Amino acid sequence: MTLVTTLYVGLFYAATIILIVGVALRIKKYAQTPSPLKIPTMPAPRTQTGVVMRIFREVVFFESLFRANKWTWIFGYLFHFGLLLVLLRHLRYFTEPVWFWVNWIQPFGKYAAFAMVIGLLGLWGRRFLVDRVRYISTPSDHLILALLVGIGLSGLGMSYLAHTDIVSVKTFFLGLMRLSPQPLPADAFLLTHLALVALLMIIFPISKLMHAPGVFFSPTRNQTDSSREKRHIASWAQQLEAGER
Amino acid sequence: MADFEVPVLNEYPVIPKVKEGVMAHSAPFLAAEKFQTPLGFPGELPENWKEVAIDKMGELLGKYRSLQVFLDICVHCGACTDKCHYYLGTADAKNMPVARQELLRKVYRRYFTFAGKYFPKLVGAVDLTKEVLDDWYSYFHQCSQCRRCSVFCPYGIDTAEISMAAREILDTVGKGQKYCNEIIGKVFVVGNNLGLPEPALRDTLEGLEEEIEEDTGVKVRLPLDEKGAEILLITPSADFFAEPHVDGLIGYAKVFHEAGVSWTVSSKASEAANFGMFIGSYENMRRVALRIREAALELGAKRIVFGECGHAWRVAYSFLDTLAGPFDFLDQNYPIPQHICEFTNNLIKENKLRLNKAENDHMKLTFHDSCNVARGAGMGNVEGGQFTIPRALIKASCNYFYDMPQDTIHDATFCCGGGGGLLTDDLMEVRVKGAQPRMEALKRVTEEHGVTNLAAICAICKSQFAKTLPYYGFTMDQIVSVHQLVSNAIVLKGSEQEAELDGTAE
Repeated sequence: MTLVTTLYVGLFYAATIILIVGVALRIKKYAQTPSPLKIPTMPAPRTQTGVVMRIFREVVFFESLFRANKWTWIFGYLFHFGLLLVLLRHLRYFTEPVWFWVNWIQPFGKYAAFAMVIGLLGLWGRRFLVDRVRYISTPSDHLILALLVGIGLSGLGMSYLAHTDIVSVKTFFLGLMRLSPQPLPADAFLLTHLALVALLMIIFPISKLMHAPGVFFSPTRNQTDSSREKRHIASWAQQLEAGER
Repeated sequence: MADFEVPVLNEYPVIPKVKEGVMAHSAPFLAAEKFQTPLGFPGELPENWKEVAIDKMGELLGKYRSLQVFLDICVHCGACTDKCHYYLGTADAKNMPVARQELLRKVYRRYFTFAGKYFPKLVGAVDLTKEVLDDWYSYFHQCSQCRRCSVFCPYGIDTAEISMAAREILDTVGKGQKYCNEIIGKVFVVGNNLGLPEPALRDTLEGLEEEIEEDTGVKVRLPLDEKGAEILLITPSADFFAEPHVDGLIGYAKVFHEAGVSWTVSSKASEAANFGMFIGSYENMRRVALRIREAALELGAKRIVFGECGHAWRVAYSFLDTLAGPFDFLDQNYPIPQHICEFTNNLIKENKLRLNKAENDHMKLTFHDSCNVARGAGMGNVEGGQFTIPRALIKASCNYFYDMPQDTIHDATFCCGGGGGLLTDDLMEVRVKGAQPRMEALKRVTEEHGVTNLAAICAICKSQFAKTLPYYGFTMDQIVSVHQLVSNAIVLKGSEQEAELDGTAE
């Protein structure tokens, strides 16, 4: 095995572990921290089904963002759903035989990469052009956008400029999954693409990217409006009551 | 009139360009030691204040999922940046909700996250210093915890939660706010925010009984501490004397009278407001709420009804059962607690109130959705009941009603500018500037429909508007209580008004 292959094998195993363990620990923390008070942003659904629908609309349509700002919504939507299609398309490199529906979305996934990059550039543009957004942007906000744009462009490079040996890439990843590493082709677009993806995986649990799992734990969105019907009390608050009544 | 520039009212809303530090001078008076101690807070900055503050932050992170999640997941998308009335009215960068949150988030990152510990510059993390503490004190007292930002945030991040946590940390290091903490102390000692003792309360209520009898010829009672009364009315103490609040109280009394129910005010719990929420202190909020439970038990009441008060209704509707429940000793056939608007609305639906709308024909009304009712509570056990029920009362009592522009009402309503513990004269500048978006919307309907009056169901909104309306060319008496409108229109059985309407007057 070449040095490059060895490096990338190590990198991807490490990145995967950091991503999975890091996100799991974070989610555990969110799940275990109590919500002592009923604080849904009202009006809120009065049933659990209603809450599921509210979060569905939030996650699938970005409902609140749509109300807030149409430009951010358009760019945000282009990016996130572009990314989703691209990710689904990439499943073909990790499955053998390839699932039939992954084949179906293959052509859409290719164009989705453009949507993703355009969305990202739009969001990035706002960080320079809108004075309010410029004020609140930190260096890491810019770097994360740069990272994602880099991933998108290097990926597009392989599709449209210099094809990589995609069959070997697939062999490499199937090898990783079966714990028997296989050689990785060493062209610039591919190595850049994979290095940036691994970096993204590594910073995921320690960055604002945690908004993806975090939104499901947001008490203002996931609580029902039922405070007059059912008593809601946290364990630490219950301790205050102990011995009083 | 003011030693600051009053914002202009534009024909259509304008999002101001960001200005840095223009409101940095704004901060409320500090609470003296004698107001801090009864609440369990130190009177001045302890020597190890930094440690104390960081420890408190850690404690709160473990107690409140909202705080932990909200500090982690903001992506700085900017959706909230133009949603805060204080930003729209002052243009101060740190009054953008995300920037306000960042004041706390920066310190959270520095002490509690990997990225902030090792790469502070990259993620905008800073050490906790006295300057940061001063910034917190200034800008977390330019947030009225109205939750408008949380409506528009794609993750529902609620700045109110962050500002409550920040204020609790400030209290823990001796930087309490005089207005809130002095008031909470009064509630513990006297029973209400205004420090009205029992004899004064009794006197006031008797005076109101006389006033109603003079106006209508009907003896309508306003009982105090009456054991065995079915309903315990918990209402903001401003209802006992301030204008236009007291006209609302007269309205509740007339409604109870017509409903034929027995009711009482309690001198022990003669206050609906719960300023414990404003300072983010669960313990103090709970202590204030427990008075209501004790009063209901002592008086043997079967139902609890709340008067017109915004954040009080949030604490009542959303938190009361948590803080002071379970209320298994009350009549379970009624909502616990119930809002006076729900009570009156039920009577109207059952045709038990006779309302003569013409009595309000000298006014054209609009309705200001109070932020804590709109986004922090509900009514009528239906989604959005808090919007439809007060409007239904107004429409049943008045012939002329017009809503303000859509993006300024219902859950997109603007705070009056004085909520969240800011209703104090030492914060007049931020209060007046924060009222700008609401005043602009009001101006629209005065010009388009000839609206003359603004109705509200919150004691803070009423006081705030009475004070700020004149800054914008309106008059202080343009703010009215919803139950004042009901009171004007209600035709009591056996009253002079009834005789006149039915042609049986002599």
